Amino acid sequence: MATLLNNPTIRGYAFQIAFVLVLGWFVWDIIDNTARNLQKANIAAGYGFLDRTAGFGIVQKLVPYTEASSYGRALYVGLLNTLLVAGLGILFASILGFIVGVARLSPNWLVSRVATAYVEILRNIPLLLQLFFWYFAVLRAVPGMREKWTLFGVFHLNIGGLHIPKLVLGEGAWTVAAAVLIAVAIMVFLSRWGRARQNRTGRRPPIGLLNTVVLFGLPLIAFFAAGRPLYFDVPVFNETGPLLRRGFQPDAGMTIVPEFVGLLLALSLYTATYIAEVVRSGVQAVNRGQTEAAASLGLLPRQILRLVVLPQALRIIIPPLTNQYLNLTKNSSLAVAVAYPDLVSVGGTVLNQTGQAVEVVSIWMLFYLGLSFLTSAVMGYFNKRVALVER
Amino acid sequence: MNRKIASILVGAAMALTGATVAGAGTLEEVKAKGFLQCGANGGNLIGFGATDEKGEWSGIDVDFCRAMAAAIFNDPTKVKFTPLNAKERFTALQSGEVDVLSRNTTWTMSRDSSLGLQFVGVTYYDGQGFMVRKSLGVSSALELSGAKVCTQTGTTTELNLADYFRSHNMPYEVVAFEKNEEVLQAYEAGRCDAYTTDASGLYAERLKLTNPEEHMILPEIISKEPLGPAVRQGDDKWFTLAKWTLFALLNAEELGMTKANIDEKKTSDNPEIKRFLGIEGNFGEPIGLSSDWAYNVIKNVGNYGEIFDANIGPSTPLGIARGLNNLWSKGGIQYAPPIR
Amino acid sequence: MNAQGQTFVSDAILPAQPPPRNSVGVVGWMRQNLFSTPLNSLMTIVLLVFVIWAVTPFIRFTLINATWSGSDRQACLQSTGACWAYVKAYLPQFIYGRYPIDQRWRVDTVFVMLVIGMIPMLIPRVPYKQLNVLYLLACFPVVAFILLTGGNHRYTGGLFLGGVMPPSPLRFALEYAIVSALLLFAAGLFARLSGKPVRGSGRTLGVVLGCIAIVLVLFGVDFGLVPVETANWGGLLVTLVVAITGMVASLPLGILLALGRRSEMPVVKLASTLFIEVWRGVPLITVLFMASVMLPLFLPEGVTFDKLLRALIGVALFEAAYMAETIRGGLQAIPRGQYEGAKALGLSYWQMMRMIVLPQSLRIVIPGIVGSFISLFKDTTLVIIIGLYDFLGQIQASANDAKWASPVTGLTGYIFAAMVFWAFCFSMSRYAAFTERRLDRGRR
Repeated sequence: MATLLNNPTIRGYAFQIAFVLVLGWFVWDIIDNTARNLQKANIAAGYGFLDRTAGFGIVQKLVPYTEASSYGRALYVGLLNTLLVAGLGILFASILGFIVGVARLSPNWLVSRVATAYVEILRNIPLLLQLFFWYFAVLRAVPGMREKWTLFGVFHLNIGGLHIPKLVLGEGAWTVAAAVLIAVAIMVFLSRWGRARQNRTGRRPPIGLLNTVVLFGLPLIAFFAAGRPLYFDVPVFNETGPLLRRGFQPDAGMTIVPEFVGLLLALSLYTATYIAEVVRSGVQAVNRGQTEAAASLGLLPRQILRLVVLPQALRIIIPPLTNQYLNLTKNSSLAVAVAYPDLVSVGGTVLNQTGQAVEVVSIWMLFYLGLSFLTSAVMGYFNKRVALVER
Repeated sequence: MNRKIASILVGAAMALTGATVAGAGTLEEVKAKGFLQCGANGGNLIGFGATDEKGEWSGIDVDFCRAMAAAIFNDPTKVKFTPLNAKERFTALQSGEVDVLSRNTTWTMSRDSSLGLQFVGVTYYDGQGFMVRKSLGVSSALELSGAKVCTQTGTTTELNLADYFRSHNMPYEVVAFEKNEEVLQAYEAGRCDAYTTDASGLYAERLKLTNPEEHMILPEIISKEPLGPAVRQGDDKWFTLAKWTLFALLNAEELGMTKANIDEKKTSDNPEIKRFLGIEGNFGEPIGLSSDWAYNVIKNVGNYGEIFDANIGPSTPLGIARGLNNLWSKGGIQYAPPIR
Repeated sequence: MNAQGQTFVSDAILPAQPPPRNSVGVVGWMRQNLFSTPLNSLMTIVLLVFVIWAVTPFIRFTLINATWSGSDRQACLQSTGACWAYVKAYLPQFIYGRYPIDQRWRVDTVFVMLVIGMIPMLIPRVPYKQLNVLYLLACFPVVAFILLTGGNHRYTGGLFLGGVMPPSPLRFALEYAIVSALLLFAAGLFARLSGKPVRGSGRTLGVVLGCIAIVLVLFGVDFGLVPVETANWGGLLVTLVVAITGMVASLPLGILLALGRRSEMPVVKLASTLFIEVWRGVPLITVLFMASVMLPLFLPEGVTFDKLLRALIGVALFEAAYMAETIRGGLQAIPRGQYEGAKALGLSYWQMMRMIVLPQSLRIVIPGIVGSFISLFKDTTLVIIIGLYDFLGQIQASANDAKWASPVTGLTGYIFAAMVFWAFCFSMSRYAAFTERRLDRGRR
């Protein structure tokens, strides 16, 4: 008996079996309790409620949605809104983060100090607070609903949001889209050909120029050939009429609601501080000898950065950068505080109207988990591509 | 068996934390623990459920809980308040975190039937209204076509709003916030033309604006919002107790009994008053209370009219007229079955 | 002195020439650091203009145009600057929330006790670290809990003697004794069967059970304190309670999860990995929503948790997943030789972890732990979304008070909150950097 109990393998098995039993019982008990509680509260379990009519309005929708649409549709609208703000947030945060990260290493004293101050200040203030600040403080600063600030004659800003011309796709717009696709394909081909030629002859054909011509030329030709199917729908601003009818008209142009602007601003500015730190440590981690060796080979500073430093720094940057992207996506759920209808916000409303707590929370969790795994997978693939090829 | 083990584990955690295990009847439990746990408004709704700088609670909904405590313990202070937001209020009641939910909650069929709760009655007949800036020059909700409207998510308000604008074929845009502090800030900043919630709430929120006199509440009431306390389904005794506490408040006003004069009324010959005060018959016993339970309620918190006047009536900053909430005999619709 | 002997070689070192005017002093520094190239000069000027453009209105709002005194909104109604008078009037609420005024000394005592425990802990040179840890992790939480809630908890028991005895502390004590005896018996039986000294394992378990019993008794004693429900807590108190409890509770759980993820037992490893990845994959808000609307559904009928406690559970589980990853990094940094050496000495798994691996790896991850505490501290603001009034929530709620409502009140509150949070987080991040440098020195 004693030997049996002291055998590590057997102890391991015994422990695992006990572990599974306790865990299984725990999970089962939770499920059992939940089922009992739901039954008591007369709430039907299951996802059937997704087909029922939602009955509430949503301020920003990328796909058609009315109050008569279903709860499922409302959640879909919220999901797209999350993706939109996360995607744009990642883009802006990356651009700003890279600039600030490099600026912190600048030999210019003022530049590096301002970059440091930016990082140290915004990183140490809770995101929710920044969100409130950008939303409520800026909301008070911009002109009211019946006034506007105009930039370049086409961008208008007031408390109702940013009003910009909307690109309308007319008949035959697909030809332009097709032309863009073809142009991109040609560009890829040209670049390959150029590189091959440079390897063979040592001379580099003017690929950049050719690419530019193709990228702009082809769609332009298609645009005119198809009879100019693209045009802009400009915002309309009424100065007269009853007070409620004044200001920007809802059916003309495109309106970017302030909730979206505030959230995007807060997310980008906050996450950029983290990305800046990631970039800075990545660049600093590249051995100085690499830069010096590249310089002694006669590479230009621009080439050193592009061909020597960045490829090596990227390898260090990508894993933590992925984390920051995921953080930004998860943080976009703070939208609920400023009335931006993202998945969590819309889900919260649905939860409250239907009482289907378990189902709604499960939808949230599945979405964010799925997104996490997807991002990790894509970044893992990308990471593998830039990783050091070891012989 | 499984339940037992569960409760062992949970019990260990609870011993540390002060959670409670519910037993058979809510009344017995409340008596055992010595106080009533009441779910009140966590959003500081002046006149209904709010706390002052010292953390002292006040409001109609709060006073209803005090009345129940007075009925049970003859002591209106034996009540503890749990501030709840719109989202968590029903779960809090269902799970037994609170014994009664008195948090300006609208009585609707689906809530009565499918959320596991039961509405006791109506403490305040309310309806949804709109608040706008006077400078907008609007005098009716029907002129709000194309307006941007701020509201709070997770309430019936959002649905009523959609129904109203759709049925009048008016375009609108809704901006829905999580907390009413945020709704108010956004409205104040000018994000919306109108702010919609229950009319009572509008009066309360207007006081928090920088310049309350620049805003007005439109006359249209677009929905029926009977607000009232609710208890858990399945405990009829507790339900009856809560219901009759409310009726006692109303009956007292009808019979002209107030906090001040109730002792004099003890000598009254009116049989209705005698029954009310427990001098004739024992109406307290069947609901598990002493015979003078109704006397205790009025002596400690006053009748419905007194509560109304003290919290939201014309002499308070809210200045809400009795209107529908007057007694049936005075042109309102507040009506209580008799004690007999 | 003849001409022949005249030498042209100097016999003294020439005094150093002053450097060119434009390379020393302010001018030189500026030439070097601000205007080294035309591009740099341009950037400097543009940035300077930007900084002035951004900072001036801020200074004007917070200092020059600010209102410093007043008794209500009249003072700030026409102001174009911050309304500090409002912050002054509301400061007690920002710190204590709705905690009863005559009981606030209890909160102060807890704050002082925390500071007394933390200061020597944070200075590496101060000795008696073990006693210090014991004070912070065992003594302080118990006293703080009793002081803040009021203690005097009435135990009723009822786990299995429910039908036999009426609810009373005695029933609870009896039940506790029975459970303890059963556990001691099981441990003894196991030790006997596996041929180990029964005394040893019995003593360890006995000490643990005894300590729990002492703590439970302390919670049950009536110290004459007025009970204060958590619903009345608020402000900085809630922020600190959530952050510190979340941190302290997540530490042991995080260690267990990290060990589990590195375990050789596939089931344990899978479960730990799954737990960590799921919690790390979802936003804290959904976790808090889950804690506030779903947790009550998970519990058996009639069992309820306090709202603050629910949030604490959510935060602790969420933080544990992050903590586990931080600690796993520390575990991985320990050279294999340490593990192998410990095993060669015949240490058991837990002995190896307790005496060799964890002390080393926990030291490595101190900066990481401080880092995750900073983010937890910032994340506590999210509890306002589920209706708790933390520091930020209290400020937001007070900005709408009819007594102080003015166009600048809200902004003033947000700026004040930002400054306080910044001061906390910035000093903590400096501290993390300090420990990191210290560790680096030690390892070199």
